[in-house]
Amino acid sequence: MLLTACGGGTTQPVTANNAGGADGSQAQPINGAGATFPNPIYSKWFAEYNRLHPNIRINYQSIGSGGGIQQLTNQTVFFGATDGPMNDEQLKAAPGPILHFPTVLGAVVPVYNIPGITDELKFTGAVLADIYLGKIKKWNDPALGKLNPGVKLPATDVTVVHRSDGSGTTYIFVDYLSKVSPEFKSQVGVSTSVKWPAGVGGKGNEGVSGLVTQTPGSIGYVELIYALQNKIAFGSVQNAAGEFVKASVDAVTKAADSAAATIPPDFRVSITNAPGAGAYPISSFTWILLYEDPKDKAAGKAMVDFVKWALTDGQQYCADLGYAPLPSTVVMLEQAALGKIKVS
Amino acid sequence: MRSPDFGFRLGIGVFAAALVLIVIGIGVTLANDSWLSLQKFGLDFWRTSNWDPVAGDFGALPFIWGTLYSSVLALLIAAPVALGIAVFISELSPPVLRAPLIFLTELLAAIPSIVYGLWGIFVLVPIVRDLETGMPESLRALPLFSGPPFGVGMLAAALILAVMVVPFTSAVAREVLKTVPMTQREAAYALGATRFEAIRAAMFYARTGIVGAVMLGFGRALGETMAVTMVIGNNPQVSLSLFAPQYTMAAVIANEFTEAANALYLSALIGIGLVLFIITLLVNMLSRGLIWSMARRLPVNAGV
Repeated sequence: MLLTACGGGTTQPVTANNAGGADGSQAQPINGAGATFPNPIYSKWFAEYNRLHPNIRINYQSIGSGGGIQQLTNQTVFFGATDGPMNDEQLKAAPGPILHFPTVLGAVVPVYNIPGITDELKFTGAVLADIYLGKIKKWNDPALGKLNPGVKLPATDVTVVHRSDGSGTTYIFVDYLSKVSPEFKSQVGVSTSVKWPAGVGGKGNEGVSGLVTQTPGSIGYVELIYALQNKIAFGSVQNAAGEFVKASVDAVTKAADSAAATIPPDFRVSITNAPGAGAYPISSFTWILLYEDPKDKAAGKAMVDFVKWALTDGQQYCADLGYAPLPSTVVMLEQAALGKIKVS
Repeated sequence: MRSPDFGFRLGIGVFAAALVLIVIGIGVTLANDSWLSLQKFGLDFWRTSNWDPVAGDFGALPFIWGTLYSSVLALLIAAPVALGIAVFISELSPPVLRAPLIFLTELLAAIPSIVYGLWGIFVLVPIVRDLETGMPESLRALPLFSGPPFGVGMLAAALILAVMVVPFTSAVAREVLKTVPMTQREAAYALGATRFEAIRAAMFYARTGIVGAVMLGFGRALGETMAVTMVIGNNPQVSLSLFAPQYTMAAVIANEFTEAANALYLSALIGIGLVLFIITLLVNMLSRGLIWSMARRLPVNAGV
C-alpha cells in the first residue's frame, strides 16, 4: 500500500510501513460505540468487511449517540457514531479534533390512528409543530382539514405521542419542527430529549407505535425503517418545494442529494427541510466520528479503509435493511475528506 | 483454638465491611458525579418541576412524586392481595393445591419486567382506557380522575407494579407465617377461637415479618423501571390524577441516560439517581424503625 504524504507526521517511515503492512499480523479489534439507529447496517458492514479482511475486526456497541460521543471524548473507544452532529462545545471538550463522516441516511415519519380514517393524511411542518405544541387539539381542526380535503376528520381529541427515551429520532424530528416553526424552536428547541408541551411518551419506536396503535385519535413519529419493516401506514409531509412527499428510501436519498451543494466541509449539517424536488423533509445523516490525528495509526488506517469501503461497496447492503444510501455527490466529498485523517 | 475462631471472625468482618463500603461507595460516587447539578440547583433540585434538557434547567420533583405515588398505590393494591394469598396457602389451602399455588405465584416473580411492560401496553392499558372512558362524568370531576383518558398513566403503572410486587410480598409473608409455632394456633383453638380468630392470632404473632414483607414489596416498586416506563406515559408532572401520564425516577434515568451528552444534563440524571438512593435508604430506615417499634411495644405472644 502506498503512503500518502502527510504534513509533519512522516519522520518515522518504518512505523508508517508497519501500519500499512499490518495485514499479516493478528490485529487488535477496533472498538467503537454510539448510535443505535445504524446498528443493523453497521453490524452487517463489520461482518462483511471482516470476511474480506480477516485481520480487521471491528467491534461496535450500540449504546446511544450520547454515550458514543462521551466514550470517544474519553478515548475509551477508537471511533464513535451519532445521529446528531456533535456541537461546538462537545468538540472543544475532546482531546483532539474530531471529524464527522455520514454513512447512511434515516428519516422520521408521522404515524396516526384515527378510527374510521384509512386515507393517507397530508401534513405540513407547521401543522405538525402545532400538533406537538398542543395547539391543534382536535382532528377536525381547519388547518388539518384544509390539507386533507375530502377526508372526514372526526371531532375527537388529538393524543400526541412522543419518544420518552433520548434518541436520534427525536433529534431529527424536533430539528425539522424547529426549522419550520419559530414558535416550536423557541418553546421546545433541538436535542435528543426535549421538554414536550403535550402528550405521552413511549419508549423506543416500539413504544411509540404501540401507543399509537392502542390509542384511538393518536399521532406519533417513528423511524422510516421501523414503519416499513412493521408495515405501519404513515402520512406524507410537505417539503420545502411545496410537494407532499411520502417517505421512501429514494425520497430520503434525494434530500441528501439536494443538500449536497451546501454541505460544509466538516459534514456537520442538518438536511431536514431540504430544498430539492421530491426530497423528503424529515431526513438526516447518521455519522461515524473519527479523530483527525489518531494515536493508533494502524487502527486509523484500517478505519479509513473501512469507511471508504462502506461508502462505496458497502452501500449495496442499505436497501435490504431499509436504509437510504448516500447520494454519489456526498460520497465524493467524503472520499476527499478522508484524506485529512493522519494515518502516518 | 483461638486462631480459627479469629480467622472466621475476620473473614465475616471483611464481608460485612465490604457491604457497607459498597453502599458508601455508591453514595459517594453518586454525589461526586452529580456535583455539577447539586452546585447549580442546590435544594431547588428537589423542589422544582421543570425538566428541560434543551435549556439546561432541571428539577426532580415530578419524578420523586411519580415514584412515591405509584409505589404507594401499588402497595395499597398489592398488600391485601399478597397477604390473602399467603394466608390461604399457609393456613387454608388443601395440601394438594399448595404446591401448584406456590409455583404459580413464584412464576410471577420470574417473568422479566419487559414482558410485564409489553403485556401492560397490549392488554392492561386498553382495559384501563375502557375503564376510564366508561367512568361517569360525576366521578370524573374529582381531582383523582381528572384529565383525558389516555389509558397509559398512573393507574396503569400502579396496577402493573402491584402485579409485580405480589409474588415477593406473598412469598415472604408465607415463609413468615410458616414460622409461627403450631402451638400458637392450637392454643387459640383451645381457647375456643374460630378459624378467623386463630389466623388473626397467627398473623399478629408474625406481624413484624409481615410488615417486612410489605416493605420489601415497596422497595421493589420504588426501583422498578422497564415495565413502569412502558405504561406510565412518561410525562413529568405532579398530579393527583390516576389518569394523568406521569414519570418515575428510575424511568427517566433509563430513558435519557444513553443520549445525555452534555455534562450538566448527565450530572442532573445522576442527581436523580442520588435522590432515588436517598429515598430508598429513608424508606428502609423507616421500615426498620417501624419493625423495631412494633417488636418492642408488645411482648411476642401478647396477641393470643
